Amino acid sequence: MARTISYREAINEALALEMERDPSVIVMGEDNAGGEGSPGEMDAWGGVLGVTKGLYHRFPGRVLDTPISESAFIGAAIGAATRGLRPVAELMFIDFMGVCFDQIYNQAAKFRYMFGGKAVTPVVIRTMYGAGLRAAAQHSQALYPIFTHIPGLKVVVPSSPYEAKGLLIQSIRDDDPVIFCEHKAMYDTTGDVPAESYTIPFGEANVARDGGDVTIVAIGRMVSVALDAASQLSTSGIECEVIDPRTTSPLDADTILESVESTGRLVVVDESTPRCSLARDIAGLVAQEAFGALRAPIQQVTAPHTPVPFADSLEDLYIPDAQRVVNAVKTATEWQRS
Amino acid sequence: MNDDRIQRVTMPKWGLSMTSGKITEWIVDEGATVAIGDDLAEIDTDKIAGVLESTWAGVLRRVVAPAGADVPVGATIALVAPAEVSDADLDALVEQAREQLASGVVPEVSGPVPGTVTVAGRTISYTTLGDGGVDGGETVVLVHGYGGDKNSWLFVQEPLAGGGVRTVHAVDLPGHGESDKDVGDGSLEFLADVVLGFLDAVGVPRAHLVGHSLGGAVVTAAAARAPQRVASLTLVAPAGFSPEVNAAYLRGFAGASTRRALRPLLGALFADESQVTRQLVDDLLKYKRLDGVQKALDTLLDTLLSGDAPAIDAAPLLAAAGVPSVIVWGRRDAVLPLPDSLPGSSVHVVDGAGHMVHMESPHAVVAAVTEVTGG
Repeated sequence: MARTISYREAINEALALEMERDPSVIVMGEDNAGGEGSPGEMDAWGGVLGVTKGLYHRFPGRVLDTPISESAFIGAAIGAATRGLRPVAELMFIDFMGVCFDQIYNQAAKFRYMFGGKAVTPVVIRTMYGAGLRAAAQHSQALYPIFTHIPGLKVVVPSSPYEAKGLLIQSIRDDDPVIFCEHKAMYDTTGDVPAESYTIPFGEANVARDGGDVTIVAIGRMVSVALDAASQLSTSGIECEVIDPRTTSPLDADTILESVESTGRLVVVDESTPRCSLARDIAGLVAQEAFGALRAPIQQVTAPHTPVPFADSLEDLYIPDAQRVVNAVKTATEWQRS
Repeated sequence: MNDDRIQRVTMPKWGLSMTSGKITEWIVDEGATVAIGDDLAEIDTDKIAGVLESTWAGVLRRVVAPAGADVPVGATIALVAPAEVSDADLDALVEQAREQLASGVVPEVSGPVPGTVTVAGRTISYTTLGDGGVDGGETVVLVHGYGGDKNSWLFVQEPLAGGGVRTVHAVDLPGHGESDKDVGDGSLEFLADVVLGFLDAVGVPRAHLVGHSLGGAVVTAAAARAPQRVASLTLVAPAGFSPEVNAAYLRGFAGASTRRALRPLLGALFADESQVTRQLVDDLLKYKRLDGVQKALDTLLDTLLSGDAPAIDAAPLLAAAGVPSVIVWGRRDAVLPLPDSLPGSSVHVVDGAGHMVHMESPHAVVAAVTEVTGG
């Protein structure tokens, strides 16, 4: 039955249920079982923000604490996946992916293709993204567009505890490499989540709110920002349809296009920097496929093209907020061809 | 001031999570005469939009909460009374009710209480409302149809339990809702035994059974297996009585895994397609994504269909049971079309309803149960 649990608990539960169901599922990463074995530290940290807490004792030998060498353990996870395990590797911050890029985009992403479909790589790389925790420029980026760019990778950006659990179980059961992007400021957000196992298919957007005036497509944490803006706008008579793609690769283009065909206006809300972003990608898709339906220029609400600032006041300005979404929607609804 | 000729219309509690509702429209005006079952107001919650039906006959003398008001569950929203009750008496009650609304302190209304029991090695989930049945004779058990769950009775469970005359359980069959998803061989006999096992588990020797669609065939089979346990049957668009079945709908429902595939199918359930809300589609998708549900629905499809024809013949079971029964059917049913003839003495055809009679015309179902239970 559905209970209210946090985003963190939803991810932990998905891992536990899949480890219970399938002995080939293992978990590995830095501090996954941190402190274990040292005096006075009997319960593991469960990763830097406690997501894997409790799994070490429940699944002996299947929760591996790795050295601080991302290139080594991500390579090991990918190799293990090609040999029959289903590893879920936790790469603390998405910002650190750079050091193991060869393993991810030139190896894991290519195996199925280059071996003519005879090889599968069922690895999940869980990672934290996003600004808001005062973690500075090297620990705060929203880099999911980089992975979306690579054919052969699937990229998941869950927007709520319900989405996180179902999408993670789907990711573990999927035979392709999946980059699972968790927003670090969302771990304590709560929502209704069934206790049982369930899967949410990839490439199927969730229509989080119905509305006929403007389509808002929002990614990950920005879904709640968009919903907040949509409820404010509703009081002034503007009804927004809020679409959460759930997965940026594959992308559910049909749901986005169908919505824009009925509203004629599009606002994309993306926490990443604007160049080559999901905002640009979705704007390009709609400009090409639904140009005739557009009644106003597409609006993009993104971070600025700068590193994430460390100063509190600047970081707060950096992250798209509901007011900016409201303004973008009004720009779209008030726009007239001069 | 407790004039028992004055009846309070209160904000209903439709489902476990409902704490308040918004009156979107009053369908009848102050001063209008209303009968039991008449539509009074449209009410919107964060989960569902529905129509509040009158449980009283009289004149809608006062509207306490106007359209647009957000009102806590249990609060008085209108007063129904005969014409001879004085304005002064009514106005005093209105003032009292408005003070209560303004203070926000409304007596707690107990909604359906969730519970689980173990039947045939499986966890069976259910909700209970009311406490009228000390001897078991006034216990009612509601059994949903294929792909449904206990919450589909939300408009029926409360009025049936109203006034504390009945204990009303709504169960999730195996494979459905929050019950275990293992349906065994999926046979009617197995499902009927689960219903009888449920009665054992909650300690009820004899109950009135109400079943919709597949659930209608299930409760009929249960009555045939153990007639002494079944005080009456209310069959709502039951499977096993119609020579035809919309096999394309059933197969489509079982196979649909996306919103785009599922949504267009669901219109077949209702006379009024606007009942297919985003919430309904989302709730069904959430159910269908649970592990084990696909297998359960596929297994049960073989119970329901033989080729494109119905696989269940429930008429002999009803005859064998020999218990009092009533059948309710929507004239515009597009899943199990209304048959030309039906067994039993009491058949109610509801003109404005499709397959989901208990959601579209809950009063018709409540009236049928009331008729057969003699309450």
